[in-house]
Amino acid sequence: LIDIPDALCERDKVKFTVHTKTTLRNFQKPEFSVPRQHEDFIWLHDTLVETEEYAGLIIPPAPPKPDFESPREKMHKLGEGEASMTKEEYAKMKQELEAEYLAVFKKTVQVHEVFLQRLSSHPVLSRDRNFQIFLEYDQDLSVRRKNAKEVFGGFFKNMVKSADEVLISGIKEVDDFFDQEKTFLLDYFSKIKDSTAKAEKMTRSHKSVAEDYIHISATLNSLSAEDTTALKQWVPIGHGKVEARVASDQELKLTELLRYYMRDIQAAKDLLYRRARALADYENSNKALDKARLKSKDVVQAQEHQEQCLQKFNKLSESGKKELTSFKGRRVVAFRKNLIEMAELEIKHAKNNMSLLQSCIELLKSN
Amino acid sequence: MATSSERSPPPFPESEDQEPDPDPADGDSDEGEDIFTGNSKPAEIKAERHQPPVDVTAKLQRDIPSSDPLGDLDGSGANKKPARDGRQADLFTEPRSDIFSEEAAARPARPGPASGSNANSSSKSNGIHSDEEQDIFAEATVELSLDSPHSERKETPKPVTSTESSVAVQPSAPKTALKTMAELEEEESEDKFELNISITNPEKVGDGMNAYMAYQVSTQTSLPMFRSKSFTVKRRFSDFLGLYEKLSEKHAQNGYIVPPPPEKSILGMTKVKVGKEDPSSAEFVERRRAALERYLQRVVAHPSLLQDPDVREFLERDELPRAVNTQALSGAGFLKMINRATDAVSKMTIKMNESDIWFEEKLQEVESEDQQLRKLHGVVESLVNHRKDLSINTAVFAKSVAMLGSSEDNTALSRALSQLAEVEDRMEQLHQEQASSDFFVFAELLADYIRLLGGVRGCFDQRMKTWQRWQDAQVTLQKKRENEARLLWANKPDKLQQAKEEIAEWENKVTQYEADFERISTTVRKEVLRFEKEKARDFKNQIMKYLESLLHSQQQLIKYWEAFLPEAKAIA
Repeated sequence: LIDIPDALCERDKVKFTVHTKTTLRNFQKPEFSVPRQHEDFIWLHDTLVETEEYAGLIIPPAPPKPDFESPREKMHKLGEGEASMTKEEYAKMKQELEAEYLAVFKKTVQVHEVFLQRLSSHPVLSRDRNFQIFLEYDQDLSVRRKNAKEVFGGFFKNMVKSADEVLISGIKEVDDFFDQEKTFLLDYFSKIKDSTAKAEKMTRSHKSVAEDYIHISATLNSLSAEDTTALKQWVPIGHGKVEARVASDQELKLTELLRYYMRDIQAAKDLLYRRARALADYENSNKALDKARLKSKDVVQAQEHQEQCLQKFNKLSESGKKELTSFKGRRVVAFRKNLIEMAELEIKHAKNNMSLLQSCIELLKSN
Repeated sequence: MATSSERSPPPFPESEDQEPDPDPADGDSDEGEDIFTGNSKPAEIKAERHQPPVDVTAKLQRDIPSSDPLGDLDGSGANKKPARDGRQADLFTEPRSDIFSEEAAARPARPGPASGSNANSSSKSNGIHSDEEQDIFAEATVELSLDSPHSERKETPKPVTSTESSVAVQPSAPKTALKTMAELEEEESEDKFELNISITNPEKVGDGMNAYMAYQVSTQTSLPMFRSKSFTVKRRFSDFLGLYEKLSEKHAQNGYIVPPPPEKSILGMTKVKVGKEDPSSAEFVERRRAALERYLQRVVAHPSLLQDPDVREFLERDELPRAVNTQALSGAGFLKMINRATDAVSKMTIKMNESDIWFEEKLQEVESEDQQLRKLHGVVESLVNHRKDLSINTAVFAKSVAMLGSSEDNTALSRALSQLAEVEDRMEQLHQEQASSDFFVFAELLADYIRLLGGVRGCFDQRMKTWQRWQDAQVTLQKKRENEARLLWANKPDKLQQAKEEIAEWENKVTQYEADFERISTTVRKEVLRFEKEKARDFKNQIMKYLESLLHSQQQLIKYWEAFLPEAKAIA
């Protein structure tokens, strides 16, 4: 059982406290906590990806870097504009900004947590040595993190990956299951990527609308009392807050869902690439074997090599199939959960909004 | 007022007003005395109207308990008081059988005597509330409300024995509800507004750059000063501007707040002229139509302006001479600009010795309120824009989700995703509607009042100018006196006579200007009070409307998401 109960934000870096409770014997203690940084998570992810053994598995996507850019920018602007607004307006805006900051924070904690939880629930990956080190090693992991060379290596790898994409689409698939999966995943990926982007835009607009209501309320407060009592009684701040909540919940449940699964599908695609590569290797080794037989040279080697490739390919296919099937189920379950939660939240917020508005209307009528 | 008992037949003497009666003197408040004597119904009604407000009010108060017209015909805060009814009751006491028969004959628009008061109330209220009512009800609806009370009234031909016979009034409850409470309270404005104005049917006339939009201005009224009870004319935007110019010339200098018309917009109109059939030009036309409607309603809501023959002519006359001096680039336009500039300069240089602190305080209030309103308007505009963005983004997202749903291989999830796409589509519409409400109800309200505050400032300025004129006259008088003294000393008897004449002339002027100043001060005070009341009412009503629209949105939202929930739950 893993969770991240605590996290600190220091300037640019976020320090997560990873807390583990376990009954597994291979750990030294039943319960322990270690501080980790985002880069440590990335290291763990990359190490797993590079592990040959796990080529047939879908490695959970790495959590994205914590992005406080947006609230930070807004905070900056707020600071600049402080002189031109009233104290109350400033206080309200600051409050909202702090709420946004908190939301980003919660989001990033959640995403890092989910990454670790998926690893721990995977039969094979949970037993990875590096994973254990990550959880247990109570000193700074920085020694193990990527050095410059590895970073460059990573970059190179990405280039190879795009070559893989060409490869994967070109290769002739022998297995129906994989063929279907390939088509489906490629198509789905592009669609979900699109939906994620559009959802992000929509959520951003929604947040702007919420902010406007807060501005309105702040401006109203500075209007003179007498004839604008009506306006003041309305207190759009309440409405603004609800709308902001709606926007952020929508983001959590919908946008984040889409984003996460976009990355997950990418990971699934990576699996397919690896398998495709193994298939290509196998086919090449076959050709090499044939050539060796012709030349009657190094036949044994070639044979061994061919067998190895075949084995690898079969292993990948087998575990790949399992992974992809469970991935489907996982995806459906997650969508269901999030869509239900989102609908429920929308209803809840709308009801709140309604009662707020109704009480304002009553107040106005009675005056 | 009376309860003159001749109560015979029912009804609403007011209805008589509608008759194209011989009475031309409709606008004259002073004919009041004729009420009980005069035979001109209109006059009497009129007189009644202008009678000492106190009486009316008193009557009204009495009537309030009895009739409770909560007709929320216009859905605004139901503050329409029965008092209106009371007033009407007063009128009812003018028994005139002939009136009734005549009106019965003559009234196509307001069938039935009952219509009189009802019409009045409704029209009045409509007049007053035109802002909200016109927006809410199409002309047709107004007619409707007028009609129903009519029939009711017909059934209660009881002689109106007591002013309290708001009995008669009662059937018109819905109508009376339309009356404004503010009117009741204001002593000065006992004018009942039996006047409904609506602007409809914007039509493009002509082609190319010479094209213009013609608006149909329809009036329904029971006021005697108009030739008929209901009439329609076609007007174009420059006509409205022309009306403002005329009213402003005549009344602004007396300290009246003349409501300013909506602004010219070269860009907006050019798009329309060029014939672009896009939503933004449709929106522009609608915005202008609504603004013109509110403008006219404010003009007729002003008791003194309503009496102006120019207003009547504007509403009634079939063909108006083209108001060319409203064109921006005309000679008159330039002249106006120059005048405005000189005014601004002189305003800066006049240093008034304010004897009445009330004016100074009020002016400051107006200035600060103007600032705040502008700021608020800016924020609301940004709200409108963001909401429009939201609506667009939601639509785009909906399409994307639909595509995603179609790729999804799990059938239940696929269905759920397409349902989600539909929900989001409906949300988009909701957002659109809400944006439009944001704009037309809220932003335009603020814009109107920013313009109106300009008018208020204008009347303060006029008062200052009047003061300055008085002071200047005093200075001149002083000089003339000195001149006389000098002539005396220099012993020039012939010039002396002239000097004496001049002194007398200037003494008169000083007295007159001082009186003017007093008069304008009183007027300004009255106007400002009236303006504030109207503003409070306006704001309250519009905000209510806006909140109700928000409420409605939320209700719809809940409906959509509740419909979606089972689909989401059905995913397996």
